[in-house]
Amino acid sequence: MLNSGISVLFEGINMLRIIEGLLVTLRVALVAVVITIVMGFIIGIIRTSKNKFVQLLFRVYLEMFRIIPILVWLFVFYYIFPANFDLNLSSEVVAFIVFSLWGIAEMSDIVRGAIISLPKHQVESSKALGLSPVQMYRYVLIPQAIKRTIPPMINLITRMIKTTALLTMIGVVEVIKVGQQIIEVNNINYPIVAFWVYGFIFFLYFCICFPLSRFSRKLEQKWAA
Amino acid sequence: MRGQVPILQVKNLVKKFGDKVVLNGIDLEVGKGKVIAILGPSGCGKSTFLRCLNGLEEVQGGDILLDNESLIGDSTRWRDVRQRIGMVFQSYDLFPNLSVLENILLSPLKVQKRQRQEAEAQALELLERVGLADRANDYPRQLSGGQKQRIAIVRALCINPEIMLFDEVTASLDPEMVREVLDVIAQLANQGMTMLIVTHEMNFAKLVADEVIFMEQGNIVEQASAEQFFSNPQTERAQQFLNILQF
Repeated sequence: MLNSGISVLFEGINMLRIIEGLLVTLRVALVAVVITIVMGFIIGIIRTSKNKFVQLLFRVYLEMFRIIPILVWLFVFYYIFPANFDLNLSSEVVAFIVFSLWGIAEMSDIVRGAIISLPKHQVESSKALGLSPVQMYRYVLIPQAIKRTIPPMINLITRMIKTTALLTMIGVVEVIKVGQQIIEVNNINYPIVAFWVYGFIFFLYFCICFPLSRFSRKLEQKWAA
Repeated sequence: MRGQVPILQVKNLVKKFGDKVVLNGIDLEVGKGKVIAILGPSGCGKSTFLRCLNGLEEVQGGDILLDNESLIGDSTRWRDVRQRIGMVFQSYDLFPNLSVLENILLSPLKVQKRQRQEAEAQALELLERVGLADRANDYPRQLSGGQKQRIAIVRALCINPEIMLFDEVTASLDPEMVREVLDVIAQLANQGMTMLIVTHEMNFAKLVADEVIFMEQGNIVEQASAEQFFSNPQTERAQQFLNILQF
C-alpha cells in the first residue's frame, strides 16, 4: 500500500513541478533575505541613534511585524489594498514586500542589539582617537557587530524560508501548493499519496534549513572559543 | 610655569550629571612639558575631569583653553582637538577586530590622512620603544594586559598629540604588569611630553609628576609640587589619604 503512493512522485512531470515549486519558494526567500540583510543593517545602525523620535518610529514598525501574524499582513496587502486603494499587486510581489518588511524589522533589531552590546569603551576610544561617527561604525563597530549578528541572522533566514509556506494562502504556487495540487489529482487512486508528497516536501525543507542551522551553530562554537 | 603661557588652562570648570555636581569649579594651568598627577579617592571626579578635557563629557560651566583657544562652544571641532590631546583608558580598549599595527595606524591613516609608509615607520619605531616590535601583526586577544596597555599608549602617541591624558591606566592590570606600563609613561615624561595622569600608584606619581593635584568631591583640595605634596601635605584630607595608601 505504502509503496503504491510513492510512484506518484515520479509520474509524468510531478517531480519537476515540485522542484519548480521549490524554486518559487527559494526565489521569494532569497529576494526577501537579500533585501532584509542590506536594509536590516542600515536601519539597525539608524536605530542605534539616541534620537527618541527615530527610536519610537522604528520601535512601532518592529512591534507591528512582531505582534501581527505574517498571514494577516499577506492578506492586508493581497486583499485589502486592491479592494480599498485600487493597488493591485501580484501575489509574488506581495510576498516580496511582506517578507522583506518583516525581515528588515527583525534584522534591524538583531543589528541594533549587536552594536549596542559592544563595550561602550570601544566607542570612547574611537572618539578619543578622533574618528568620525562614520569611521567609527565602519572600522570599529560594524566589523565587531557582524560576528554577533550572524547566528541570529541565520536563524531568521531559516524562519523566513519556512514561513514561505504561508504563501499558499494568497495563491503563490510554491512547493506546498504544488504538493496540494498533486495530492488532489491522485487522492482517489492512491489515498496514501499525501504521506509521500508531504514527506518529500518535509525532506526538501530539511535539506535547505538543516545545513543553515548547523552552519550557524558551528560559527557560534568557533567564536565562543 | 617658566614664565610662559600654559598650553592648557582650565577655568572654573563645572560638570553635573543631572543635579549631581561632579566637578565644582576646577581651575588648573598646565605648562608645556609638565607632568601633573591627579590623585584622590574614588568618585572624587578625577576621571570625569580628564574626560571633559577631550570632549568625552559635556561641561555645564567654565572654560577650557588649549593654546589660548577656548574649547567650549558649539563650534569646537573635538575631532581636531582629540588629535592634539591623546587619551589612554583603564581598560585598554584596543579594537579586537584589528591587528596591533592596524589599531595603531587607524587614526593616522583615516583621520589624519597620512602616508602609510611614514605612519607605519613611526608606529614601528614607537613599538620598538615599548619593546613590542615583534607583536605588530598579532591581534589584541593574543596579548597580555600589560602589552595591550602599552599598545594603547603607542596608538595614542602615533597621532602625535601635544598632551596625553592617562586615566588609571594600570588600575586593571595584574600587579606584575604595572611596572612595564609605568616605565613607558616615565620614559614619556623624560622626553618632555605634557601629561595629566590619574593614578593610584603613589610612588609612581612621586617619581614622574612635577605637580600634584589632590581632588575630593569635585574640588581641588590641594595643589602642590610633587615633592612638597608627598613630604609635607598641607591639608588634613590629603594627609589622611596618603596615610591610608602608604601603610
